[in-house]
Formats: sequence, structure tokens, C-alpha cells
Amino acid sequence: MGVFVMPSLGADMEAGKLVEWLVKPGDTVHRGDVVAVVETQKGAIEIEIFQDGVVHDLLADLGRELPVGAPLATVLADGEAPPETADTPEPEAPAPATEPEPEPAHAEAAAAAPASPPPSAATDGALRVSPAARQLAAEKGVELSELKGSGPGGAILLSDVENAAPGAPANTGAPAKKASPMEEMRKAIAAAMTRSKRTIPHFYLTETIDVDHAIDFLETRNADVPPGERVLLGAILVRAATVAAAKVKELNGHYLDDKGFAPADMVNPGVAIALRGGGLVAPALMDAGAMSLAETMAGMRDLVTRARAGRLRGSEMTQGTITVSSLGETGAEAMAGVIFPPQVALVGIGAPKLRPWVVDGAVVPRRVLSVTVSADHRVSDGRQVARFIAEFARCVQTPEEL
Amino acid sequence: MTSNDIRAIYLEELLRVAPDLDAETIGDDDHIQDDLELDSMDVLNLVAALHERLGIDIPEKDYPEIATLSRAVSYLSKAA
Repeated sequence: MGVFVMPSLGADMEAGKLVEWLVKPGDTVHRGDVVAVVETQKGAIEIEIFQDGVVHDLLADLGRELPVGAPLATVLADGEAPPETADTPEPEAPAPATEPEPEPAHAEAAAAAPASPPPSAATDGALRVSPAARQLAAEKGVELSELKGSGPGGAILLSDVENAAPGAPANTGAPAKKASPMEEMRKAIAAAMTRSKRTIPHFYLTETIDVDHAIDFLETRNADVPPGERVLLGAILVRAATVAAAKVKELNGHYLDDKGFAPADMVNPGVAIALRGGGLVAPALMDAGAMSLAETMAGMRDLVTRARAGRLRGSEMTQGTITVSSLGETGAEAMAGVIFPPQVALVGIGAPKLRPWVVDGAVVPRRVLSVTVSADHRVSDGRQVARFIAEFARCVQTPEEL
Repeated sequence: MTSNDIRAIYLEELLRVAPDLDAETIGDDDHIQDDLELDSMDVLNLVAALHERLGIDIPEKDYPEIATLSRAVSYLSKAA
């Protein structure tokens, strides 16, 4: 019998709050299935299970803050008979650093489990809730499972919670003010970025790239297709970074304190997405190396949509191998970014600017953008980063081959 | 379709694309990128949603026409 535990969804995560079960005892699960939603400093994250089997027992109560490693559920392998005593996982659970939490959670769950599975598990699966709505619901004591969402796929939006909340709208009588989600996210960013700058010897290489052709290519391409098939410059940039990362392996992987650099065999570019009101997430576009340009675009649209709705997955939060951070189409000219540990490189891309440019000996107006690669000097040197940038520029300038 | 219908559909799709926006606080002249902080991917998602709902294919050069609620209602009413 396997024990499914609270996963670590980032190097600085110590605990998470279980907010939703998407499975119930008796359900068959497969490796990679999303089984629960955990609220972290980075918002609500869908967590996946990494074994096949049948859910035997849910051990953790909803709404509890649980340390990484705390047992959440027991899972029987295919064909495995349930143990005679209903609740044996305790001895074989990997001991979390702080023991007290799982104990009461487990006891309560065992007592409550036979009679009443958690309410949201009894409903038809996923409760889709935007991060802001989830936070307000917690503040106002609104039971999410009782609301009818008006968003996509029945997602519960901020306005749904506001309408359901007793009394006047927001910020009256929130007693003993808890840190807002934004404050929590800033804490998470602070921890990761401080760790990065303290431990990673960053160095930076910059190049300015003529993107006139890429922009023209997209204008022509997009003019003939419906909105759902249009491709943005951002997708060309992520695709180009993916191709370059596959070629220059010293920039694609994780640096682990005990083992040193472990190059990744897939390219999972983290796509930095700015959140409203501040804050940032960089979920990974899994196995982008195998994607076409159109698939890269579709994958990015999906990531942005889910980041906004609070539906990113645990694997996307932890398995990025390099980060691409683009300032968008109307932003500053250049950015030297901070590497997201345990990754070893970040590709910072400025907004395209119209500049005088020399082409065939003549000065002409061209749209250009700067790319600045921040790299970990423990792993790579200028030579490799220059190779990465050359490959990136070549890809951006020949978008028809992507 | 009245301009009120179009207004309601635009707001509904805007909130789908950006579920963390508060419908109460969206002003007629709020710019979806400068004020409401949509990025270019969100804008494309909005354009695609409007295409699906209204059957209006907004070309890229017309994106500025849907950048605020009031401009969008006027533009989409003409195109509908």
C-alpha cells in the first residue's frame, strides 16, 4: 500500500493547505492524475499522484495546513487487498520534519471517513475557483461547494462569492487580518529570489536581435486565420528558447546542492506570467521540445488561462528546466532577470523597439529586441551562453522553420 | 442585438479571461491592458471568445477598437 503525501511544490515550500479532494475512496487513479488541490503561497495548485492504483483512504481533512511529507491518502496497488485494519499508514509514512500535524489530521480523518467523505469529493469532481474568489470565501466564511459559479465551466468567480457573502461587500470586518494572497506570494518570491542571489553566481550576456521579419511573418500568417489560431511573438520567443536549450544543455536543468548540475533530458520552459496587482508565476510548458510553433502557442494560452483561474499543476510548478521572461509587446527595452532555483538560466526578453539598424551597409528603421541570458557560472561560461543566444537569434529570425 | 447585449457579452467574456477582475470596478473607459493588466495572451483569448460568441472576426489591426468597454461596444455594434 502506498502513501500519497503532501508534495513539495517549490524549494521554499514548507506546508500547504489541502482545499479540495478530486478523488474518493474506491476511485482508480493513474500516475499523473490530478487528485487534490492545495493552496500554497503561489496560489491554488492541482497536485498529481505518481502511482497507479485505487484510492483506499483519505487521511487528511480539508482546510488543514499540512507540512510537506504529511500523509494525505493511502493507495492500493492494482489487485492489492485492503489491509485488515483500516488505518495502518502511520508507520510507513515518510516522517516529516515536524510530526505533530499529520497525527491529529489522520485521527480525525479516520474517525470521519466512513460516514462522510469530504463534501466536494462527493460532488462531481473539480470545483473551479479563481484565487481571488477562494481567498474572499475564506475571509467571509462562504462555503464554496454551495455556490453556483458563473465563470467558464462553472468556475466560481470573485463576484459569485461577493454575492453570496453575508453583509456588505469586501473589507468590512475581516477580523485578525491574515496575510493576503498577494502578500503570501511576495513572501514566496522574496524567499526564492533571495536564495537565488545568495547562492547562484549570475552572469549575463546580451544581444539585440532584428525581429522585423518575425513580426511581418506573424502579421501575414495571422491575417488569414481566425483568432483561435493566431500566434503571438511570445510563442516564437519561447519556441526559439526551447530549441536553443535543447542544443545547449548547460543551460537546461537543475543545480542540486548535493549533486551539482543535473542536465534535463526534456526542455520544460517556465513561462513567466505576471499576475494582476503584482506577483508572478512561471509554470512550465511540459516537454515543449516536442511541440510545433502552433502547439507552443496553444500550450502558452492554456497556461495563462489556468494561471488566471488558479488551476496550475504541481508538476508545472516544479519541473521547469529554464525560464523565459518576456516583457511583452509594450514594455521596457531589456531585462537582466534573476534565475529561478534550482534552474540554471533565465532568458530575459525586452519589448520590440523601432531603432536605426544597419542592413547591407545602410541605416534603416527596424524593430529589434534585446535578449539577456542570466546564467549560473557554476554550470556554464560565456561560450555556452553565446552559443545559446546565437541559436535563439537564428530561430527567431527564421520563424517559418520553427 | 442591442448594445446592452453586446456590453453584457463583452463583460462576461472579459471576466472569463480574467476571472480575478472584479466586475463592479470595471469602468467604461478602463483600458484592458494599461488599466486592467491583461497581457497580449489574455487579449487574444478575449478576441477569440468574442469571435465565438458574436461571430465577429476582429483582425489584429483592430485590437485597439476593443481596448475599452465603451469602444468595444461601439465597434462590435457596427460589426454585428
